[in-house]
Amino acid sequence: MRIALFVTCLGDVLFPEVGKATVAVLERLGHEVVFPQSQTCCGQMHTNTGYQHDAVGLVRHHVDVFERAIAAGCEAVVAPSGSCVGSVRHQHAALARREGDEALALRADAVAGRTFELSELLVDVLGVTDVGAAYPHRVTYHPTCHSLRLLGVGERPLQLLRAVRGIDLVELPAADTCCGFGGTFSVKNADTSTAMLADKMSSVLATRAEVVTAGDASCLMHIGGGLSRLRTGVRPVHLAEILASTS
Amino acid sequence: MSTFLGMPAGRVPGPAADTAVGQLTGNRSFPAAARDALGDTRLRRNLAHATATIRAKRASVVGEVPDWEALRDAGSAIKADTMARLPELLEELERNVTARGGTVHWARDAAEANGIVLDLVRATGADEVVKVKSMATQEIGLNEALEEAGITAHETDLAELIVQLGHDKPSHILVPAIHRGRAEIREIFAREMPDVDLATLTDEPSVLAAAARTHLRELFLRARVAVSGANFGIAETGTLTVVESEGNGRMCLTLPETLITVMGIEKVVPAWRDLEVFLQLLPRSSTGERMNPYTSMWTGVTPGDGPQDFHLVLLDNGRTRALADDLGRTALHCIRCSACLNVCPVYERTGGHAYGSVYPGPIGAVLTPFLTGVTGGHDPNDSLPYASSLCGACYDVCPVKINIPDLLVQLRAEHTEAHAAAHRLPSAEAAAMAAAAWVMSDPARFARAGRAAGTARHGIRRGRPLLPLPPPLNGWTASRDAPSPPAETFRDWWARTRGGRS
Ligand code: SF4
Repeated sequence: MRIALFVTCLGDVLFPEVGKATVAVLERLGHEVVFPQSQTCCGQMHTNTGYQHDAVGLVRHHVDVFERAIAAGCEAVVAPSGSCVGSVRHQHAALARREGDEALALRADAVAGRTFELSELLVDVLGVTDVGAAYPHRVTYHPTCHSLRLLGVGERPLQLLRAVRGIDLVELPAADTCCGFGGTFSVKNADTSTAMLADKMSSVLATRAEVVTAGDASCLMHIGGGLSRLRTGVRPVHLAEILASTS
Repeated sequence: MSTFLGMPAGRVPGPAADTAVGQLTGNRSFPAAARDALGDTRLRRNLAHATATIRAKRASVVGEVPDWEALRDAGSAIKADTMARLPELLEELERNVTARGGTVHWARDAAEANGIVLDLVRATGADEVVKVKSMATQEIGLNEALEEAGITAHETDLAELIVQLGHDKPSHILVPAIHRGRAEIREIFAREMPDVDLATLTDEPSVLAAAARTHLRELFLRARVAVSGANFGIAETGTLTVVESEGNGRMCLTLPETLITVMGIEKVVPAWRDLEVFLQLLPRSSTGERMNPYTSMWTGVTPGDGPQDFHLVLLDNGRTRALADDLGRTALHCIRCSACLNVCPVYERTGGHAYGSVYPGPIGAVLTPFLTGVTGGHDPNDSLPYASSLCGACYDVCPVKINIPDLLVQLRAEHTEAHAAAHRLPSAEAAAMAAAAWVMSDPARFARAGRAAGTARHGIRRGRPLLPLPPPLNGWTASRDAPSPPAETFRDWWARTRGGRS
């Protein structure tokens, strides 16, 4: 299958390894990955901070880019982020409608219909749970809020992780509680966000895992930033990177 | 959308209330108030314990109902229908209450509602009233208004009594004293109940409940006037409903001669059979009970049985304003079960007082600004829509499916847009957001910015920036290391390794 990668702005600029890993997993499974180079950002930060008008420009750009990719034969768009896919699926059309642009809303819905978070793409669209990965480490998985509740990815990431050779997967206590990131919430309400982060970190530490993984680089940046500040030695590693690993 | 006025035209002199007044605004922004609460160890422990207990209870009894999702859909549909024809339903309710011997009053705001209740109490000659737990009367600050006029209001709900005797404010819709532990409650009772036997008063829940019972019995037997709220007002029959767990409400609703009920106009439901849905949704969502223990219903006045003088005060106080907003009206669907508070990771850590309003938690963060209006300035209520990480736990549990995260995002937009309309210069944040959107709307600009970010890694050592970051970014580095930008962005890697193939 020909698949367009939406690497996300954060993945592009701060966490390129996540995008590279996504490419590696899909190519190993025999698929063709294309990267539409004019892509930028889904606009979620603008939307969720109250700048919907600014966000609509980004939505229009995103729709233009991925509509072209679909027209050029891509059957699916994949992003290694539950949050950005959540924005594409649940915010884009509504943003367009708020600006009175019904035509854009319909186009946005069409693109959203082809857009999948990585674990959704692998399990539902490509029908695989064993991607041939090996990762001999003690790992705990944090189901990020938008993957869990906005997209409802459910067990999919865990199904993928359980099939990884050598992995010692340990359950995270209170896994479904938010880590406190919330985009600009983490700086506008930094104290409350930190209190939530502290509890998430205690849960991670209680598992004695070496690695905490998730399907969102943003939440991992938050959890990892806290774990690193406290010099806990626990590493944040994106789900895609574990699935790409073969040793 | 001014065609959807909540108050039927001509019911009150002058226009409907535009914004709400009363106990809906604190004196500090949420982040400032939250900072203090987060440092209160006892509060954190009490809240973590209480919310975890109630969350588990709710989850287990909700899990038993096979058609829970269908019930939620039904609850949501009934509320949507009610809001679409609120004026007509309110007039139907008025007709039926009046036909059964009750008197209906219309109040545009808190001051009018308090004035009406005060006049009614004065007319009876009483200098005290007993109260059934009610959010509407908390919202309008009725106790304080009565107090000023020399009338004592006695709260009879156990938790509300604890709050009142502690000279405190409620911090939860359903469990207003959730921020208090047993030992604190004992201290309050020992200090404030005149006849309590200090020798036998321990902090055992049953002992504390018995002390409250003795204290309240006396009040029930002597009170001539009761004030209540209402969970539902049934338009087709004129029946009012109060749902409670202790039976203290039932005492207030049956023993006194005069009963005054203050009900928000959104609490009307079209038909008796609609309760079939709500009386399944409410107890399981709120207290985690399968069936509500005390459900009191009354229709006007029944000669020789119960209060012989019944008054219903219909309260607007900003509801018309919320109703005029497509999304805001869905906040009026709320049946005050408090499930969203109990699952909210923000509420669990800050408690209810940080929100300033009598409506805390996720629903408070949307309902309050919809009622009072968003100013675009530094009004404390303008900070409420930002008091959420948008984790969505509230939406998952809401029995009437209010999409609270969407409402929060919408209110944030209303806030920034109101700010832009009121100021000639954009805020620093608005300018930064506009600049970011300008960069991100063009791939070449975005690629250059991404490369520039890479050079920032030289300014970060072991997670800490070498130069202090400006606010609000310093909020990040206060507790988390900053990620170090890579030497090469993804797009540059792709262009380098795949030869620009796209
Ligand atoms: S918003 Fe929903 S969950 Fe929250 S109190 Fe109201 S009805 Fe309950």
